[in-house]
Amino acid sequence: MSTTNGTIPLAAKDFATDQDVRWCPGCGDYSILKQVQTVFAELGLDRDQVAIISGIGCSSRFPYYLETYGMHSIHGRAPAVASGLKLANPDLHVWVITGDGDGLSIGGNHLLHLLRRNFNVNVLLFNNQIYGLTKGQYSPTSEEYKITKSTPMGSLDHPVNPLAFALGSEGTFIARAMDRDPKHLKEMIHRCHNHQGTSFLEIYQNCNIFNDGAFFSFTDKETKPETTIFLEHGQPLRFGKNREKGIRLDCFRPQIVDLENDGYSPGDLWIHDETDICKAHMLARFFDAPGRQQKMVLPRPFGVLYAAERPCYEDLLYDQLKQAVGQKGEGRLDELLAGSTTWEIS
Amino acid sequence: MQKTTETQEEVTIKFAGDSGDGMQLTGTLFTDNTALGGSDLATFPDFPAEIRAPQGTLAGVSGFQLHFGSREILTPGDEYDVLVAMNAAALKANIDRMNPGSTLIVNTDGFDKKNLRLAKYDDGQNPLEDGSLDGFEVFEIQVTKLTRESLKDVPLSTKEKDLCKNMFVLGFLYWRYNRQLDSTIEYLSSKFGRKPEILDANITALKTGYHYGETTETFTTRYNVKAAPLEKGAYRNVMGNEALVIGFITAARKAGLPLFYGSYPITPASDILHGLARYKHFDVRTFQAEDEIAAICSAIGAAYGGNLAVTGTSGPGLALKTEAMGLALMLELPLVICNIQRGGPSTGLPTKTEQSDLLQALYGRNGESPLPVISASSPADCFYAAFEACRIALQHMTPVILLSDGYIANGAEPWKFPKSNDIPEIQAEFRKPPEDGEPYLPYGRDGRYVREWAIPGTKGLAHRIGGLEKQAGTGEVSYDPANHEYMVKVREAKVETIADFIPEQQLSIGPEKGQALFLGWGSTYGVIKTVAQSLLEEGYEVAHAHLRHLRPFPRNLGAMLDNYDTIIIPEINNGQLSKVIRDKFLREVVPYNKIQGVPITKAELKDFAKQVLA
Repeated sequence: MSTTNGTIPLAAKDFATDQDVRWCPGCGDYSILKQVQTVFAELGLDRDQVAIISGIGCSSRFPYYLETYGMHSIHGRAPAVASGLKLANPDLHVWVITGDGDGLSIGGNHLLHLLRRNFNVNVLLFNNQIYGLTKGQYSPTSEEYKITKSTPMGSLDHPVNPLAFALGSEGTFIARAMDRDPKHLKEMIHRCHNHQGTSFLEIYQNCNIFNDGAFFSFTDKETKPETTIFLEHGQPLRFGKNREKGIRLDCFRPQIVDLENDGYSPGDLWIHDETDICKAHMLARFFDAPGRQQKMVLPRPFGVLYAAERPCYEDLLYDQLKQAVGQKGEGRLDELLAGSTTWEIS
Repeated sequence: MQKTTETQEEVTIKFAGDSGDGMQLTGTLFTDNTALGGSDLATFPDFPAEIRAPQGTLAGVSGFQLHFGSREILTPGDEYDVLVAMNAAALKANIDRMNPGSTLIVNTDGFDKKNLRLAKYDDGQNPLEDGSLDGFEVFEIQVTKLTRESLKDVPLSTKEKDLCKNMFVLGFLYWRYNRQLDSTIEYLSSKFGRKPEILDANITALKTGYHYGETTETFTTRYNVKAAPLEKGAYRNVMGNEALVIGFITAARKAGLPLFYGSYPITPASDILHGLARYKHFDVRTFQAEDEIAAICSAIGAAYGGNLAVTGTSGPGLALKTEAMGLALMLELPLVICNIQRGGPSTGLPTKTEQSDLLQALYGRNGESPLPVISASSPADCFYAAFEACRIALQHMTPVILLSDGYIANGAEPWKFPKSNDIPEIQAEFRKPPEDGEPYLPYGRDGRYVREWAIPGTKGLAHRIGGLEKQAGTGEVSYDPANHEYMVKVREAKVETIADFIPEQQLSIGPEKGQALFLGWGSTYGVIKTVAQSLLEEGYEVAHAHLRHLRPFPRNLGAMLDNYDTIIIPEINNGQLSKVIRDKFLREVVPYNKIQGVPITKAELKDFAKQVLA
């Protein structure tokens, strides 16, 4: 394959910097870094055309490890920095790297507005349900009653549902992946790149120091088939060790059915449609904590819940810039300086 | 009836009425007409804080103040020589600033029972009847009735006819000040060209007002204010925020860069956003961000991407931008942060003026975080201050704080505007792609300690920047103790070195040595210079210097201060520049502080100075 500028294609390692990676050994971030470097190489991206913008937190060290342009900005504000950069140079591939604290706590506001404006940037939100860099306080995605240093009797906060938040923020691309499924993760990173508009990818990422095993039931080989469902556009919602289970819609209520014993065929199942916003909202609500409820537990969806086309903010702005020149002509400085009314003192 | 004409050197008129009475337009049109006559002038609008305050109430009074004369005019004036009061509330809200013997022109139709009650006059009290206005020259005119009568044949509703009563008043004032109506008729024609009935009504009211002055026997005297000895050339009127808009666009053009303005609406800075949004054909990108933090962060992103980036706000917004200012300082990217100061702290007095963010601008960040700070001293000066802020930001790769305030933001004055060819270029270059093997050091510096601007998308310069401490040269993250101290000192040296690239401090008036120097900054320019001039005329040895550059100070400032026995520092705050001068030059100063949300008046500053000089 050839790169965008026609030179020798870069390999994944060409996107690595000479900096020592300083995440804890065993951290899920390593897997994500590797997949991002691999995808950038596969896409044939030019290193000079990529800018990685991050906030603060473990995940936000990411730019230091990618041989592209990058900015390690301030806590929660990466979406705002990325918006300005994208307006200055719409041709850049801009990636925002954030975490559950950075993106959904201190920076929740900016994430909301980035999503609704639909700048063509990609957001990777590393969700480990804990504050790692500050050594283990609960985060806005931590489960209820979590015992941490700052909550010795258990946390009182109800957690935010990141995908429901992103959908509620009028995001145009909403997806979920996990650090322990690199193949699927890679595919999702590709999809983010290809989407025109803000891509929001939540990545379940294990913090093996402060919150080890938070996603174990979704990532462990034994339980994964029962607790997760991998979405594919146009395909029925099936899961289970032998894909023997499925989701069907009983009116507006999702229902788990057993294809082997309940007398249903795949044709009866919910067919995934990425463009269906109503169904995407339902999928985002597949958010039961495994093992906690007595009732039937819906599997956690991975893949693209929603993908839609909507004009990007920067394109609309550049259209207006052009339109303004079309209507008024290129601005003339002397006319600006003089304004509409002048008089002469002689 | 014999009518006489008197010549006056200067006049301050206040147009006051209900929000719906059109006083801003009346004031503006009278101002334009005055400017055409060659007088010097300064204006200040005075809006109600509420958007739609109830009609007829004190809260709903809208005013427009104009000071014009045949000599140099530097402030909108302290007291009014003439008050036009369209209703009882307008009179009550302004009478305190009238001197005995001054002139009141009142619309008696705005003094009925309801108006008097809304203006909170006691039951049965009417200032037009109770003798409280004795000592003033009072002209009572039934403006509403006369306007309606003049328009009796016009097919408009009474409500629409009443909207013309400000034109009646304007016409009357044109008669009083011996003016031509042409420019106003021309303006009305362009504004109402598509609504001939409304146009006719306005012109009729205007002419009726004029003839009323001419034919009514009460009015025996007309006044002439001659042209001021202004420099020859082409002039326009300009408001402070408007001049900032023009300054930023001009700087962007002269630097050959697109202009990015990220902002969140806040009084009194919003007009910069509104102004710039109208100039997309100058490649101006305005971005109304979700909050103050996003506003500056988007500007940082745009600066990183190679735009001339500006963010604007007022005091509380600057507080919110604090952390991001530190980031921009650490990134060493060009950025202009514009603060249109208002009364603080917290929400404070949003529509009132104050100079109380100087210390915030100088010191309000975590860590050792020096930034250049510059200020604008008058509405037209905002243009030059904006241009200078952009020049320093681009040429020294640093965020720059630009201070204006509510007084000059909304005030206006004639401006002998420059020609674009006479404005210097601003050299701003991006780092070019390196030749083969040429090393690139993101935090390498030139002799002025300035690093290069390497924008994303440039071949061969991929690098990472961020808020963590940088290794000198490479820009890599560094926790090395000696390096941190070195970098702190370098960042300071970089800002201090700017002093080599700014003009020396000049006096605005007065001798080079003497009894006292008035040292000021910002919107107090007009009043301080006026007072210094007046004291000089009385034989005092005083001078006035006004600071554009508040960090770094001009190199000669210390020596200049040593030439005077006393340094008087008037400020609309609790003594902020005084603190800085004491700290920097280890010398005593005499602060003069007023913290009432309103400008310092000539009379009070002069009285104070005389006591100090006694």
